[in-house]
Amino acid sequence: MDVQRGAGDVVTLDDLMTQARSLSEDIDFTAVTQWKARAEGRKAIGHMPTYVPRELIHASGMLSVGITGGGDRLEIIRGDAYFQSYICRIPRSTIELALSHRLDVLDGMLFPSICDVIRNLSGMWSMIFPDRYVHYVDVPQNFDVAVGGKFWRRELETLRTDFARLSGVAIDDDALRASIAVYNENRHVIRDLYRARSERPWIFPMSEVYYILRAGNVLPPEEHTAMLREYLVLAPGESDRRDQDRSRVVLAGMFCEQPPHGLVLTLERAGCYVVDDDFLLGLRWLQDDVTTTGDPLDALVDAYLNHSAMSASRYAPDGDRGRWLIDSVARNRAEGVIFAAPSFCDPALLDQPMLVTALDRKGIPHTEFKYAEDTGQFAVIREQAGTFSDSIRLWSEA
Amino acid sequence: MSAVRKEDSMLLQKQMMSDHYDRLASAHDEGRKVVYTFVPGNLNELVRSFGLLPVLPEINALQSGLRKKSGEYIAEAEKNGHSEDVCTYVKCDIGMLKKGNIGPTGTQLPKPDLLLLSYTGCFTFLKWFELLREEYGDVPVAMLHVPYQANGRIEPHQRDYVVQQMRTEVIPKLEQVSGRAYDEDRLREMLRLSARAEDDLVWTLESAKRTPSPIDAYFGGVHYIGPIFSAFRGTQGAVDYYTALRAEVQERLDAGQGPVTPEGPMGTEKYRLVVEGPPNWTSFREFWKMFYDEGAVFVASTYTKVGGLYDRGFRHDPDHPLETLADYCLGCYTNLGLPTRVDLLEQYINDYNADGFLVNSVKSCNSFSVGQLMMLRQLEERTGVPGVFIENDLVDPRYFSAANIKNRIESYLQMLDQKRGKAA
Ligand code: SF4
Ligand code: SF4
Repeated sequence: MDVQRGAGDVVTLDDLMTQARSLSEDIDFTAVTQWKARAEGRKAIGHMPTYVPRELIHASGMLSVGITGGGDRLEIIRGDAYFQSYICRIPRSTIELALSHRLDVLDGMLFPSICDVIRNLSGMWSMIFPDRYVHYVDVPQNFDVAVGGKFWRRELETLRTDFARLSGVAIDDDALRASIAVYNENRHVIRDLYRARSERPWIFPMSEVYYILRAGNVLPPEEHTAMLREYLVLAPGESDRRDQDRSRVVLAGMFCEQPPHGLVLTLERAGCYVVDDDFLLGLRWLQDDVTTTGDPLDALVDAYLNHSAMSASRYAPDGDRGRWLIDSVARNRAEGVIFAAPSFCDPALLDQPMLVTALDRKGIPHTEFKYAEDTGQFAVIREQAGTFSDSIRLWSEA
Repeated sequence: MSAVRKEDSMLLQKQMMSDHYDRLASAHDEGRKVVYTFVPGNLNELVRSFGLLPVLPEINALQSGLRKKSGEYIAEAEKNGHSEDVCTYVKCDIGMLKKGNIGPTGTQLPKPDLLLLSYTGCFTFLKWFELLREEYGDVPVAMLHVPYQANGRIEPHQRDYVVQQMRTEVIPKLEQVSGRAYDEDRLREMLRLSARAEDDLVWTLESAKRTPSPIDAYFGGVHYIGPIFSAFRGTQGAVDYYTALRAEVQERLDAGQGPVTPEGPMGTEKYRLVVEGPPNWTSFREFWKMFYDEGAVFVASTYTKVGGLYDRGFRHDPDHPLETLADYCLGCYTNLGLPTRVDLLEQYINDYNADGFLVNSVKSCNSFSVGQLMMLRQLEERTGVPGVFIENDLVDPRYFSAANIKNRIESYLQMLDQKRGKAA
């Protein structure tokens, strides 16, 4: 199976995966450099996980670049001098990327309000790079449109002004609506992929989805959408992909520091089909289409207040912390949940006991372990996940 | 005379605390309602203006540390599925709850009638009260999201946001729980009392600019902030406490005396230090002794600003009751961007004529700790004053390594001596 990309370019799944893999593993951000070089005056804005309004960056003609640390391919030389040993790894590898000039290609950096680590990292950034644009994106924890909505609109207006200044392009409403439509499409196709994977996880293994999604960190959204579409066409064409009767699991806890690819492979080899996850949650933070009519800032505000993904850093006013996970298990016919959280991640690890309680109430099996983005030894995880996978399969057969 | 006076303020505080916990123990029997909330950004005057009693879980946790109970409580929480990696204040509190919720004075703490989630300067607060909400069943929560001062200044829309939340979220819930209507005059009256106590607190903290300093602004400082950071801001009790404290310090100042330590008056002041970060509570006295034995006194600290940055001029303003509470919440130390924190420390080092500074980095607290290594380097560069970096924890005794810490402090102070020797 292959697909044709304009000008007679024929692409196979292997080609696509090679491309996605190299985009997601490239700690030199070559794709961003190349994108900038394609036209005079182009700029790029980096952002940490999870949610930032990428539509505003896009509408100003700049490229939004997701920064999720250095993964397992970056040697930390200077980063450790900035962080105590009991702090997660993503800030130290991100600092390392910056100090090794790999992030010089960025013209600004956004730090969303996800935890104290990212928050304080924003201050460190502004001290290390006093001449660069740094912005802490304070998302509201009050979901009343007249209160939290008003505050968030004001924050969005600040970003709109800042991006216009940085790019030299005023962001008018039409441009912003058009960018919203572009991201709606991207999120739509990602939702399609998640649905398709849940239906037939043997066709869309997590070990591939990982690269396909992660490529979205550095690609313009239109290109990423095209890549997702190609993948949705190409993967089912592989004739050797058959249902192997593995256990269906939901992965939770990976919304910020990303697991190494080896960890995902390990889970698959241990007999798991990943049918849902909170991997790179920022890409699909808004879970419904954002309105493309009317005032576009109001539309973004409404989407944030009413259609955001649930995550550990977001207040749950109704007190039902575990509902999203229970819903996901039901919707995806999962047989169990694997909590995989970064070591020292307060949000994920403090959330976990509440999620565990919710699962226990429903009798949903779960297991948990921690990782760092550069974890290289998977023997224990493989053993644990294998045992878990076997036990839940027995459980569902019984 | 000074020893007697010292006891005055200490005893006063002790009495205030024990009365408060007694009132809490009988609160529900006597029909009084209880609000749990956090120290940074606490709305004590507002809560009390409704006749409600505040409980501050952080204070309970640190008290558990001082009473050597925290290790057991943390173990209990970990046994119940809480990760070893996360903030130990939370685990200490959850463990205490699981073990019967006996407060620092030996009486049982009442269940909350409302969790007032003042979300200021720390993301863990959110998880902490979500966990408590689960533990206590369907206790209502009032969420007050306080935006971060990344740029070190309060933007008008941030203030509006906080005030609006007070009007639409906090006050209605306080009304509901208390069965009373919001009484702004009462609130103003309490804010007036707050400002008076704040004046005396600032005077006390700033007395450390004198040489020798009459106070230790860290190990003594944590006592001085007790009433105002916890349940008493806005009460006559707090005003009286700070009047008494000021009189005592004035007396030591007049007599040219240094701080009073647990072992009596400190010897000659040899080193003046500034400190960033919270102290360790499980070995509090042992930690303090490492300094006073060497003649090292802390002249300024950032930890004593987590519940309000009064020494930079902020006072609760009765003429703008909700706005002033909003400014208070926004301005607490851990809600300030790192560059502002470095500026503040730099000013302390200069204004208090410090010889050195300590960064006491606690494992629990990402809010404080992330960036401290960089703060250390920045401060050394900017002031030319050398700093020392120590790692331990607030209430987890497993992370207080006495011998290592002592060694580190001793060699640091020796280094300061050598530096002085060279300068002389
Ligand atoms: S991994 Fe967790 S603690 Fe670390 S930066 Fe991300 S959310 Fe914060
Ligand atoms: S992280 Fe720090 S500020 Fe937050 S609850 Fe723990 S000790 Fe307190």
